[in-house]
Amino acid sequence: MAESRPSPLTATATYSRVPTVVVDNLHVVYRVEGSKRKKSASAPSALDRLLRGNRGAKIREVHAVRGVSFVAYEGDAIGLIGTNGSGKSTLLRAIAGLIPPASGAVYTKRQPSLLGVNAALLNDLSGERNVMLGCLAMGMSRAEAKSRVQEIIEFSGINERGDFSSLPMRTYSSGMAARLRFAIAAAKSHDVLLIDEALATGDGRFRQRSQQRVQELREGAGTVFLVSHHLGTIRDSCERTIWLESGVLRMDGPTDEVIDAYSEYVKEKGPNKAKQAEPEQVDPTAAGPTVPDTGSTGGVRPTSGRHRAERDD
Amino acid sequence: MYGLKPAGTRPTLGAYVRQLWRYRQFIVAYANGRATAAYSKSRLGRVWQILTPLANAGVYYLIFGIIIGTRGGMENFLGYLCTGVFIFTFTQGVVNSGVKSITGQIGLVRALHFPRAALPIAMTMTHLQTVVISLVVLMGIVIASGDPVTLNWLLLPPAVLLQLVFNLGLALVMARVGVKVPDVAHLMPYLLRTWMYASGVLYSVELFARHLPAWAANLLHANPLLVYIELARMSLLDQPVLASTPTELWIMGAGWALLTCVVGFIYFWRGESEYGRG
Repeated sequence: MAESRPSPLTATATYSRVPTVVVDNLHVVYRVEGSKRKKSASAPSALDRLLRGNRGAKIREVHAVRGVSFVAYEGDAIGLIGTNGSGKSTLLRAIAGLIPPASGAVYTKRQPSLLGVNAALLNDLSGERNVMLGCLAMGMSRAEAKSRVQEIIEFSGINERGDFSSLPMRTYSSGMAARLRFAIAAAKSHDVLLIDEALATGDGRFRQRSQQRVQELREGAGTVFLVSHHLGTIRDSCERTIWLESGVLRMDGPTDEVIDAYSEYVKEKGPNKAKQAEPEQVDPTAAGPTVPDTGSTGGVRPTSGRHRAERDD
Repeated sequence: MYGLKPAGTRPTLGAYVRQLWRYRQFIVAYANGRATAAYSKSRLGRVWQILTPLANAGVYYLIFGIIIGTRGGMENFLGYLCTGVFIFTFTQGVVNSGVKSITGQIGLVRALHFPRAALPIAMTMTHLQTVVISLVVLMGIVIASGDPVTLNWLLLPPAVLLQLVFNLGLALVMARVGVKVPDVAHLMPYLLRTWMYASGVLYSVELFARHLPAWAANLLHANPLLVYIELARMSLLDQPVLASTPTELWIMGAGWALLTCVVGFIYFWRGESEYGRG
């Protein structure tokens, strides 16, 4: 697939702007333990694995990102698109330094912050306490966190239907929880903010508020990455877009061009996109022939199922 | 080159300690949050923090104190037993949740950037809350069973502090081991039960010297958990049965704490950039 990759770097590298993220021939490999095909994970085989050390034959590797390179600059808002399991979320995690690269490297200015729908806090605690925890986890002091709680809850809009902020987060709808997580992460100004599917959740008013916030972050010399299957959101917020397919960078350029090419590709593939090895490591059901949900440029994609294996407890 | 740094690299040991210090408020808030969350679905809530150790002590007293009769002519077997059970439970809880402290919070680890050691440390703090509550319960038990309140009781806080430092190191080691070999979580119950029998929790420690060859008994007497349990018994009980002298106990207790904590911290820090993978 490598030969079909265009070389779009030259289009953006000519700007004399300050780079914030440099991704250099990045490869990411997931190790999945105890998931050998067919054979069951019986007790004797588990013992065998333990005795031989964990580099035994029972570990399968999933090559999720294969040799991606690009440079992002201050004030960039970059959309990331691709069909399910193309490695978008993995790429974001690698940029955030949360997953070590198998080879290649990512260089960033300060610490990028990843904001994903699966950013699990403590679901048994109230929204308010989660806001406190989230602020502290981002490195705020107690006083600073306390002074921001009200503002963050207002931004998220979870109190629009009664006093939800004092209820445990497990009682929230998935949209409400996602809005609250976005509100927490957006409360701090980041040099590099990575947003994974968070803006698609929420109603029109919330989307407007969050787009405005993304704009503000970019004006503060930040760089914003946005992963979404909602192509409308990408068109609205980003002028540059990167298209990943099976972990390989297919295209990198102005949003309109890339999205047009991507829509064309999805239409061509049609409903029988019999895909190569599915790099999404958590969902065993993903391998079957599924109807792609990526063709719909308008609909909000349900985001809760894919990451359920990573939930808190 | 524009001040860019490789993403997700491990900070130096000194920088890591400073980072952790800056996140101390997160650690405290997280520890409290976990403690609240653990009981949030039960009606009695945190009352279970008192009821659980009481129920444990009751069961062991029934079996070992009354039915099997391992008391060996001890004056205050109930106090002896409960001290052992509660001090052991502290380390047991820390080991069990230490193994899962990173793997169980993988969503949080992948979403936010903070020094990962904050998680096992916060877990240890959560268990510290529990042990403090159960030690207060224990004081009640000791008084009720007729032992006097003496100045020796003031030695309990430093003894628990040493155990806390030991547990911190242990939690850090177990957290990284749990990431490397997830299977360890399934082995822990058996290892911990073996450790409990080797720590003289349920019977008189004199049994070690009486039934084992001298070298094995000496080895068991240096067992860190036995040391911390004996330190607590020494401070709370009127006439405790001890395997080592007080001076030996304090030296061994401090040595184990220091060694485990330093080794555990460095071992955990060396894996800092690995957490979140898999």
